[in-house]
Amino acid sequence: MEDQGLIKKTVEEYGKENVVVVLGSPDAESAEIFAETVTTGDPTFAGPLAGVSLGLKVYHILEDEVKAQIDQAVYEQQVGMMEMVLDKEAICSSVKRIRESLD
Amino acid sequence: MFKGKKVLCIGERDGIPGSAIAECIKTAGGEPVLQLTQCYV
Amino acid sequence: MGYPVVKGVSYIIAHVPDLVRYGSKPAREIAKDPALLEKINASLRSFDQAKNYPPHQAFIGNIKPEALWDLERPWFEHLLADSPRESAWGEIMPEDEFYGLLKIVDVFDLIDLTSEFTAIVKPKLENHKLIHAADLENLGDGVSRETVAQKIKAGALPLMLGPELVGCIQDGHDEDHNLTADILLENLACKASGVLAMRRALHSLNFDPAAIDFVMNTGEEAVGDRYQRGAGNLAKAMAESTGCYNSTGVDIKAFCCSPVHTMILAGGLIHSGVHDHIMVVGGGCLAKLGMKMKGHLANAMPIMEDVLAAFAVILGPDDGRNPQIRLDLIGKHAVSTGSSQQAIYEALVKKPLERFGLAIPEIDKYSTELHNPEITEPAGSGNVPKNNYRMIAGLAVMQGQLKREEIDTFELKYGMPGYSPTQGHVPSAVPYLGHAREAILKGELERVMFLGKGSLFLGKMTNLSDGMSFIIEKNKGQ
Repeated sequence: MEDQGLIKKTVEEYGKENVVVVLGSPDAESAEIFAETVTTGDPTFAGPLAGVSLGLKVYHILEDEVKAQIDQAVYEQQVGMMEMVLDKEAICSSVKRIRESLD
Repeated sequence: MFKGKKVLCIGERDGIPGSAIAECIKTAGGEPVLQLTQCYV
Repeated sequence: MGYPVVKGVSYIIAHVPDLVRYGSKPAREIAKDPALLEKINASLRSFDQAKNYPPHQAFIGNIKPEALWDLERPWFEHLLADSPRESAWGEIMPEDEFYGLLKIVDVFDLIDLTSEFTAIVKPKLENHKLIHAADLENLGDGVSRETVAQKIKAGALPLMLGPELVGCIQDGHDEDHNLTADILLENLACKASGVLAMRRALHSLNFDPAAIDFVMNTGEEAVGDRYQRGAGNLAKAMAESTGCYNSTGVDIKAFCCSPVHTMILAGGLIHSGVHDHIMVVGGGCLAKLGMKMKGHLANAMPIMEDVLAAFAVILGPDDGRNPQIRLDLIGKHAVSTGSSQQAIYEALVKKPLERFGLAIPEIDKYSTELHNPEITEPAGSGNVPKNNYRMIAGLAVMQGQLKREEIDTFELKYGMPGYSPTQGHVPSAVPYLGHAREAILKGELERVMFLGKGSLFLGKMTNLSDGMSFIIEKNKGQ
């Protein structure tokens, strides 16, 4: 991920406990890399978050519990088509697994 | 889940873009403080 | 007169394994960890491996992209035996000849090649049908190895051919950060590969370069100096090196959306009578070499981003034969369109088709961003064309034009596997233009839609992305 420095800076500014991450990755593999990057640290060791454990709460926009919080009409308009097109189950389970491993 | 939270919206060009995530999060009471859209190509 | 036509298209690849180190990502990583260069060098492909790589053969037009469905994956382990270097539309050029070409198009003596290397490469270029006597004069006889070594000591970048030092490129100015050797190498690589594609296009059509009125460059390189970063007009420099003496040119910038924008602009300029014949060109992108090398190295694969790719298209007024660009059916992503994928695809696909009373399945083929998945997947960037085809199919389902279970098979019928080198703007829809033209001329296809997108947000001036689409169709004048 190219913008790790920016993410680190933003988290430092607002404090870990106040920050939540929501991902929009198109497949389980990239969702997993991003989710790991903002929790246990960059698994590819390519950026400023390598070895930095931010431990942020991370969700994917396709998760049902996320969808339940969002205005339905807006969700349909912004995400609806992608919900049908992407492998929702695989993506959600990989992000959920990483989130729950932190608890 | 999002009420009162600062939200990092990390989207992807071929998935859901950061700004689309931000539009959604606003309706859930979260404050998008960072919108990113990754592009690997 | 009807809409403008696509008269001819060319595609070239230059295999440049020893320039991988100068790609943006490798250069940054090597600076942090110099030992990485050795790992990179141990993971490069030979010319034959690059030449016999099935997606490259599809790119230059020797096999149809759809034929890749039937070839065993991974393609890099299942090479085609003895594939030709040339095709009717293009070629795959080895590194030594490309270095010679860099020198030939270098009008400021930025590049020095050793006399030993020049003596070896000159006869090869003499035998190349697109290299002329004036080019060989520009190539010269080379300089001594000591001169090259001295220039490198003073800051020039070495040009290697495997373990051999064969030349260098020096800064263009003592203080200007926009004219450093690495930037000039990027610009010259774009120029040289673009020029090769342009010469190929003219040659394969037997088209007089003097009949080209205007050259439009879609490449990403920011040619300029400190007062005008990215000031441009590499197009005109390319026109000069191609013998298009009656032409001027312009660079069109829109990230990876530029080729589709430019095809539409060129069509408009011809249809309005401003210009008669236009060449649209996209040179190769050195910065993108080795961009996803970490994923390749981690998967014990060769570094797949070891080639520069370029294309050139000759467009002209309606000739009653060649496929036409439907200028009345352009799709565009407007500022107000929004950033959701649904909004983007409605703007690019649904809207223009609706104007014509067509449903999504009534277009024979969609050419989207044709990035080779074998390059992107190991780096965690997914299969871009497959995703795009699923989105077009998803849109068709929402319109009630397709059944939900047909989403999975849409790409087989209306698409193709990704086969383009990941060279930024080059994969953006246009790699299929040559195949589409041929299939339409043969009567195999009626209409093909080309759609490109651009990640404008990467430039930090807007959160918006960009997108444009056009359709080419069979010429009814036949």
